[in-house]
Formats: sequence, structure tokens, C-alpha cells
Amino acid sequence: MTPPPGSLLAAEELRKAYGPTVALDGAEFSIHPGEVVAVMGPSGSGKSTLLHCLAGIVPPDSGSITYNGHELAGMSDAQRSALRRSEFGFVFQFGQLVPELTCVENVALPLRLNGTSRKEAEKAALTWMERLEVDGLRKKRPGEVSGGQGQRVAVARALVTNPRVLFADEPTGALDSLNGERVMELLTDAARSTNAAVVLVTHEARVAAYSDREIVVRDGKSRDMERVV
Amino acid sequence: MSIGHTLLGLLESGPRHGYDLKRAFDEKFGHDRPLHYGQVYSTMSRLLKNGLVEVDGIEPGGGPERKRYAITDAGITDVQRWLATPEKPEPYLQSTLYTKVVLALLTRRNAADILDTQRAEHLRMMRILTDRKRKGDLADQLICDHALFHLEADLRWLELTAARLDKLAEVVAK
Repeated sequence: MTPPPGSLLAAEELRKAYGPTVALDGAEFSIHPGEVVAVMGPSGSGKSTLLHCLAGIVPPDSGSITYNGHELAGMSDAQRSALRRSEFGFVFQFGQLVPELTCVENVALPLRLNGTSRKEAEKAALTWMERLEVDGLRKKRPGEVSGGQGQRVAVARALVTNPRVLFADEPTGALDSLNGERVMELLTDAARSTNAAVVLVTHEARVAAYSDREIVVRDGKSRDMERVV
Repeated sequence: MSIGHTLLGLLESGPRHGYDLKRAFDEKFGHDRPLHYGQVYSTMSRLLKNGLVEVDGIEPGGGPERKRYAITDAGITDVQRWLATPEKPEPYLQSTLYTKVVLALLTRRNAADILDTQRAEHLRMMRILTDRKRKGDLADQLICDHALFHLEADLRWLELTAARLDKLAEVVAK
């Protein structure tokens, strides 16, 4: 299947096995700028592997992934790393913040790694922390903030480089309903305002309801639910 | 749940008498609420009037229970349309959805498609409610949350049933 025109990130016929275990078996995916796509499916269905392949973290055994018209497989490791650092943002379920750094230093970290000065990086970090309603935590360390607050700091850090694709793997998995919903509201509002695409892996339907479209992965195969009805 | 569509679906495997239809219905879908004979015959006469079934034969002895019914092409189309159309997402749909899935398995249709069609419809409704919640006041939020939690429970049931379709097909085939 050819990806829809205008796709920012698209995958076709992805296959990936870990030894005898088949994680992806012909999965397809596409996302447009500004779109939020939920990737759902049972545990072990291959949804996290799909995310890791799309983000260039894990190479598929076969199939193609194109970002902005460029084949990921055709890039060197250094080029893929640069892509992940500058064009992609990541939010995971647990343990993403560096415990020794303050919250503002954590948010500023991706910019610092890209060579931005401390002053500039922390200024941009604070703007994002305000949007995520955690600017009051700037001097606190991750161990001193709640799970919901820490996750908002992580979202701010993922967005501070103005990525074109935000990968979120169970971003509310460790939070209660109220905190989880607030994180989803802030995350999707922030992504839409910058026209970033969001690949949202979740097993919770109420989290997926913040998306524009849903892909279900079962036994390594994907199904675009827009094409079901 | 639509008794008419369920009886029609049961007729797809071959013509049956009214009493045989009631027995099959009670066994597969009746659980603690068996059909009354009166419901079967009033439903069959409506289906007959609408051209969805025809009388395939009458056993001597008279009385409505002696008629043998067969599904017509229009009847098969009607069952197909009912199975393929998602239900309006609302709480306590399980009995209708369960019936649709079992009937699909009995008539060798794609039961996974029925579950996925319903799933997409549920999520579409959940998106509308989530959007309304984001823009609304606290009262809107609480009302939408109530509906969202119920729809989420339905959706989990749809997922679990999808994962158990092979087992259900074995049970239904017995």
C-alpha cells in the first residue's frame, strides 16, 4: 500500500523479529503534520516495536520507512541520531528525567546537547514549562515532584526543540485519571499549536480519544480504523 | 436486541419450524430470558409479510407451529446489513453485540470485522465527548466522563472478545 500523499512519516510492509518471536508482520503506518495518531493493541502486539522502528531506534528486518521523503534505511547511524535529536521528541512512561539535574535543566538538556548556550536553552525551557503549567518547579529536582508534574516536565523537554514528530509511548501509563487527562490535554494542545505530528502508543481508549485517528496493531499487523467503517 | 434479525440469521443455515427456531434462539442467546412462542410467531408473520422469509412447507395438523420457514434473498441482505451496521454507542450494548458476533460465526461471516466496525464507532463517539469535555464547564466534564467510562468498558469488552474469537467459534460450532 502506498502511503497517502503529504505524509510526514510513513512505513510500508514492516517486518521485525526478535529471534523466533515475530514483532511486526507487514505493518503499515502514516502520519501527516499536525496529526495525532493513536497506536493501540494488546500487550505484545508489536505497537512499541512499531514506534521504535518509526523513530529510527530499531531497524526493521524489511520494509520501508520514509521521513519527509527520505528513506531511513538509506541514512547513516549519525544521520539517524541527528534526526532523532533535532526533528523527533520522545515521551515515555517512566524514568526519563535526569535525577541530578533540576527540572529546568532537564527541559533545557536537548538544546544544550545541540550546542545552544545555557542562557538561551533555559529561556526556551521556561517558555515550555509555562505552557505545561510546571514553571514553578524550575529549581526542583525530579525526585521532589509528583508523577504528574514529572510527566509534564518530560513533555516540555520533548517539545523544547520544536520537533516535527513527537513519539509518546504510554505517556499517561503511570498516572491517575485526572493527571493523565491533563497531560494529554496539554500535550495535544502544545503539539497542535506547533503543527507537530504525534505518534501516541496507548492501551487506554480514553487516552486514544485525544487522537485524530487510530491504528490497531494485532499480531504484528496494523489496521487503520478509519478504513473500517 | 433485534429478535427478527436474530431469527433470520438462524434461518440462514437452513429452513426450520417455529418451535425449532425458538429452541435454537434460547440455546444460543436466550440464557435466562427464553422467547415466548407468541413472540416467535408474531415475529415470523412480520418477516413473512415483509418478504424476508417464506413458508417452505406445512406439516399436516394445522396451527402456526407446523409451518417451516426459509430465509429469502431479501432476508439474507437484511441480516448482512444489520450485522455490518455498528450500533449507536451507548451503555449496556453487550447483548446485541454478543448476538451479532455469534450470528456472524454461525453464518461464517467475518466476526472480527463486526467488532472492529463497532470499535471504530465507539472511539468516534469518545472523541466527540472528549472534545466536548475540553471545551465545556465542570458539569459538561462530569457528564461526558460518565459516558466515556461506560464506552471505555464496552471497548474493553470488544477487545477481549476479539482476542477470544477463535475459542468462541469453537463453542458456537458445537
